[in-house]
Amino acid sequence: METLMFYILSVVTVGSAVFVVLLRRPVYNVLFMILTMIGLAGFFILLRAEFVAMVQLIVYAGAIMVLFLFVIMLLNIDQIRPPVQARDIRWWAGALIAFALFGLILVVIKGIVLPAMETAVVAGQSNTELVAKELFTTYLLPFEIASVLLLAAIIGTVVLIRKQS
Amino acid sequence: MVTLHHYLVVSAALFALGVIGVMIRRNLIVVLMCLELMLNAVNLSFVAFSHYLGSLEGQVFVLFVMVVAAAEVAVGLAIAVAVFRQKGSIDVNDVNLMKW
Repeated sequence: METLMFYILSVVTVGSAVFVVLLRRPVYNVLFMILTMIGLAGFFILLRAEFVAMVQLIVYAGAIMVLFLFVIMLLNIDQIRPPVQARDIRWWAGALIAFALFGLILVVIKGIVLPAMETAVVAGQSNTELVAKELFTTYLLPFEIASVLLLAAIIGTVVLIRKQS
Repeated sequence: MVTLHHYLVVSAALFALGVIGVMIRRNLIVVLMCLELMLNAVNLSFVAFSHYLGSLEGQVFVLFVMVVAAAEVAVGLAIAVAVFRQKGSIDVNDVNLMKW
């Protein structure tokens, strides 16, 4: 069952990622990106990381992709200029480099040997509880720094987007 | 039986697709989206390692990656809008003011 789910999710995720890269209209790209995000959330549930899966759905599929859609709709990119996508030398070079990188990563992955370990989940504790404990004790300082980073991003966005008057 | 390597191969495929997108696409927003794809591929391998090593650090790190990704997208889209106002297009080839 798990194996079947894994392969279904792989096909959906990688397939929609291909569409994200290749389709021409940005709106379609965003919609397939949402599908990729949902597939990844499915992977996270398979990996017993329920909290991360839900955050993935809410933050990525919910918030970030809506942000993309907002910008695309606001700028009206679809209507303004159909993007010309000539298959020049740069296109082929980019694709070639990416495939070479994929091959390299596969070689590295082949060499990975896991230390023998049981992956037993502590019974009686939810994943959210465990992650929260870790986040608010060991990683408290990075957590606070992350909030400062978000504040900086908000300010930066507002400054960048403001009309020069 | 799904092993760690299965997840890593999917992750590598997603990452490579993101690289392809960044390399060949000219639309700034699509390039940003492909960056997101790469970040998500890395998130997948983090969670896979976290599961198969029986430790939670990977999942905590994924949360931080998501924070950074959200900040990056917000700023990146703001830059895209600014470029669009300046140039009237979001083709990355048009953004060459600081190239040389």
